[in-house]
Amino acid sequence: MKKKHGFTKKTRLLLRHLRPAASAFAVGVLASFAATILKTVFTQVIRFTVDGVLLGETAGLPSWLAALEPGKMLAASCALAAVVAVLEFAVGFIHDSSLPKGSERFVKSLRDSLYSHIQRLPYSWHAKNPTGDIIQRCTSDVEVVRAFIADQIVEFVSTVFLIAVYMTMMFTMNVKIALLACAFVPLVIGTSMYYHRKIGRSFTAFDESEGALSSIVQENLTGVRVVRAFGRERDELEKFRRRNETHTTLWLKMGRMMTTFWTFGDTVSFVQLFLVILLGVHMCVGGEITLGTYLAFINYTKQMNWPVRGLCRVITNMSKVGVSIDRLLYIIESDEEHAPENPKTADMHGDICFDHVSFAYDEQPVLRDVSFTIPGGSTLGILGETGSGKSTIALLMARLYDPQQGAIRIGGVDLREMDQAQLRRGVGVVLQQPFLFSRTLKENIMIAASDADQEQVDAAVKDACLYHSIQEFKEGYDTIVGERGVTLSGGQKQRTAIARTLLSGAPVMVFDDSLSAVDAKTDEAIRMRLREAAGGSTLVLIAHRVSTLQAADQIIVLSEGRIIERGTHEELIRQGGVYARTAAMQSARGEAEADG
Amino acid sequence: MADQVQSKAFSLKPWLKLIPTTRKAWPAFWLSVVSNIALAFIDFYLPLLQSRVVDEYITVGSLEGFGGYAAHYAVIGVVQLALIILYFKGCMQCEAYSCRDLRDACFVNLQRLSLDYHNTTSAGHNLSRVMSDTSKIAEMMAWTISDTLWGFAYIIGVFCVMARLSFKLAVTLLVIAPIVVLLTFYFQKKLIVLNRQVRAEHSKITGGYNEGIMGAKTSKTLALEDKLCGEFEEITSRAARAGILHARMRAIYVPLIVLCGTLAASVTLYRGGHMVQGGEVTLGVLSAFMTYATGLFQSFRWQAARISQLISLQANVERVSGLIHETPTVTDNAEVEAKYGDCFAPKTENWEPMHGEVTFEDVSFTYPDGGEEVLSHFSMHVPAGSTVAFVGETGAGKSTLVNLACRFYEPTGGRVLIDGVDVQQRSQLWLHSHIGYVLQEPHLFSGTIRENIRYGRPDATDEEVEAAARAVNADRIAAKLPRGYETDVGECGDNLSTGEKQLISFARAIIAKPRIFVLDEATSSVDTETERMIQQATKRLMDGTTSFVIAHRLSTIRQADMILVIDHGKVVEQGTHEELLAAGGVYHSLYITQLRRQEKQNG
Repeated sequence: MKKKHGFTKKTRLLLRHLRPAASAFAVGVLASFAATILKTVFTQVIRFTVDGVLLGETAGLPSWLAALEPGKMLAASCALAAVVAVLEFAVGFIHDSSLPKGSERFVKSLRDSLYSHIQRLPYSWHAKNPTGDIIQRCTSDVEVVRAFIADQIVEFVSTVFLIAVYMTMMFTMNVKIALLACAFVPLVIGTSMYYHRKIGRSFTAFDESEGALSSIVQENLTGVRVVRAFGRERDELEKFRRRNETHTTLWLKMGRMMTTFWTFGDTVSFVQLFLVILLGVHMCVGGEITLGTYLAFINYTKQMNWPVRGLCRVITNMSKVGVSIDRLLYIIESDEEHAPENPKTADMHGDICFDHVSFAYDEQPVLRDVSFTIPGGSTLGILGETGSGKSTIALLMARLYDPQQGAIRIGGVDLREMDQAQLRRGVGVVLQQPFLFSRTLKENIMIAASDADQEQVDAAVKDACLYHSIQEFKEGYDTIVGERGVTLSGGQKQRTAIARTLLSGAPVMVFDDSLSAVDAKTDEAIRMRLREAAGGSTLVLIAHRVSTLQAADQIIVLSEGRIIERGTHEELIRQGGVYARTAAMQSARGEAEADG
Repeated sequence: MADQVQSKAFSLKPWLKLIPTTRKAWPAFWLSVVSNIALAFIDFYLPLLQSRVVDEYITVGSLEGFGGYAAHYAVIGVVQLALIILYFKGCMQCEAYSCRDLRDACFVNLQRLSLDYHNTTSAGHNLSRVMSDTSKIAEMMAWTISDTLWGFAYIIGVFCVMARLSFKLAVTLLVIAPIVVLLTFYFQKKLIVLNRQVRAEHSKITGGYNEGIMGAKTSKTLALEDKLCGEFEEITSRAARAGILHARMRAIYVPLIVLCGTLAASVTLYRGGHMVQGGEVTLGVLSAFMTYATGLFQSFRWQAARISQLISLQANVERVSGLIHETPTVTDNAEVEAKYGDCFAPKTENWEPMHGEVTFEDVSFTYPDGGEEVLSHFSMHVPAGSTVAFVGETGAGKSTLVNLACRFYEPTGGRVLIDGVDVQQRSQLWLHSHIGYVLQEPHLFSGTIRENIRYGRPDATDEEVEAAARAVNADRIAAKLPRGYETDVGECGDNLSTGEKQLISFARAIIAKPRIFVLDEATSSVDTETERMIQQATKRLMDGTTSFVIAHRLSTIRQADMILVIDHGKVVEQGTHEELLAAGGVYHSLYITQLRRQEKQNG
């Protein structure tokens, strides 16, 4: 995950998203050039005014100004200054509005492409990568890149231009004093870069320490019941305090470093201005330069100070941005799901056939040579202990994974030859821990069937035994759920997901232990209706309760990735194998209850 | 989401409430304020000093006394640098210390707050209070307040200096000042509104990512990728529009203030030029005025930005101050605390052992968020070592009595007694230290399997940890993993399945050797065989322990000494299995349903 990417790859990523922003950025940069020129014109106007108009040394004046009669000269140069001011305003507006426009366009393009790419990455990628980390990349790292492109790179270009213009002006006015004023530029750049690099390192350490502190708080909060139940508040506080103290120490250390750095920068700026004043006054008194020129030098020195110091930030930030781009490239360079070239369409109502399927996660075998056929429209039950590979069958059916060996066919067509979206619309899988989107219950239920009418929604909701729960919410169907809404219980979530899949009317429906969080009565009620509600769809029920499966047309029992028994409920009971034992164990309690 | 919370009218109260918490940061705060105000003096004094060379040396054309001037200038410079160091030091310390102490106060109170608080506020919300709100407040305390005071000192100082230099010329600038102030007010108001929109749109983007990434597996199974991408692009488009709108408003405002500054400088040049020609002011004074003119209006802008920043922090301050001063609904009184200690410093030497006898005496209860009374004058005696089971449908409120017995809530009427003593007479920690709790959705902490089991009793030996794991069949989880008990379970235990987490949390509970054992749907995600093993192990290990079992499978609880049937939060039936069956009520019908299923199964 920490792979480093080449410079060209990084640049290519940036350039791709810069395309929609290029024109706005170009206008902004040009405007900043214009602003620099206007600023130096203003400084020059003041210089003329002081020298020519107030001190009467017309020698250095532009000819048009010198041609005016003395009484009008002051008014004319002040009017010129005012015109420059208004132009500066116009240029300022163009600059300040174009750059953010470019920045927004750039970041929108980057965000959209990340999002769409993430949506299209395979299931295995999502299973492997922690969500928090990916979200972090899509938010913080994108922001780092945005700031770099929109603020720093543009600032860099304008600053280089500004320094060039100011230096030119200073050297045209007086070489000696210009040399003195500019001698500090390399010094400031050099030391700033040194410090920035050093500070950058401690920034990274600081960020990591902040992250560690945050994890402690988060775990404490999500596990608050456990902390209370075991009375471990004191240990939690100690753990937090230790981290908080280390963090503060790190913070202060960084603070000291920053203080040294800033103070050093301030010292250099001060000394620079001080020396320019000393030399300037000497030369002025000696008649080498005029008062206007002296004042202009003071102005340039002051105005160059901050941009030069900012320049170094850009250069040192390069490495930080490089890391962020690497983190984004990790996402972007991951392969999307491959769509077959000439996708075939299959009769999704047809038979589903697992043909000698083997599958392993990271070389840990999960399914070994599994074969079975589900006739279209029938019901298959799968029983097996935790970790026997039940859920993997569900995932393979929707082609969320591909088997390493063997093939899966629906209506005679290999899943790998079909279009994924079409396949998945046809195979409705209800996951064990389904996710609800932050929108209303109704929108969640209708998310895969946007053209359903209220009657159909009601029917699906009733079949999933969710109707009463919805009635109990104040907002009914319009209750917002998910992250930013009401928190539903595990059972309510599962039932919502069931309603969602039933409404989609998928020709194949797979329920992967989808009733584990629902109470026995509701569980049974849903099961009674499921076959009917699913219409002619092929059903796959995965469970570890025999009662859930007994009505299936065909039941397979998995153990360590192999099918060890298959048949109907009655056949399996007669066989007296694992299924029968499980049934006996589960019903032993029933009998015991019956005794009472 | 936090950003969308709009603060009501500005009020100083929540700010003042933070003062005691941050008192260790105050010396540093004053250091930064005092040195920053002193810096303001230097900031308006320096242009004056710089302009002196014009009148005293350049126009005179002599360098007499220039050495003295240079020395004076250098001293000011050294003082300025010293002040800058003090200012930075003060700010840095103030920020670090106040952030540390605010976070500490938040965290401490979060440990004290009762579970009803944690049930109604999401962990994410609290996390952002502890981490991000506090750091924003600390930054404000350290830098923004001090810089705002600097701004006032600078602006007032500049006006005073200008008035002394030339009142007539100062008046020219004073005429422009109100215009700038008005413009600033006008634009800041608009900018705040636009900025709020930008932030709201941004939080939607983060929300979109959250959903797109956390829900990726589900959206894949439903083939929703295109739909979600389309929706996300709409969100980013809106965010881009809001951002551009905000930028455009700023693009008028900022150059406009610059324009005022430059125009002011031009006017000063014109009027001042005439005055120089008329001998009213010197050239040096004019040049000082030019510097002030451009600097002054810029500082108006910064000042406005700082003030609006302070105001916008109101919401953060309210959240943190609210959290720190939130009072727990369940508290130990002073007497109890004196004897038993609080949750951070328990006086275990005064703790009585617990037998595990629980009595509900005329207990009534209404959940704090209102609604109807869920328990009304309920009485029950649970002898030590007996098993009480709660049955009922999902969401029926089976946990209420357990929550009261564990004192996660206080009854609104009546008393709960443990070993014959009111729970309020003893500390919460005493009670909780004797309770073992296994939840349906188990929570593990990041760390190894061993550490997680040991969480139940920190002084347990490795052998004891492994014995506990074996007892609940959790040893096979460890056996399966290459690093065994030393395997990291990941954040919140996410590297393990729900069933595996349940087993480990079971081991964690039994190692604590609790006197009261609470099983809240503890084996719902475990396969049948394992479940049975656990039940046997529990019976063996927990002999003599009082148990509360919440279940929706009746088979799990048939042996219980007492069964309570809960419906819509209320106890509707109570008795042993036999009694309840004979009564022919809700339990009976639940039982018949399950029985019929079993019969069908046996076929």
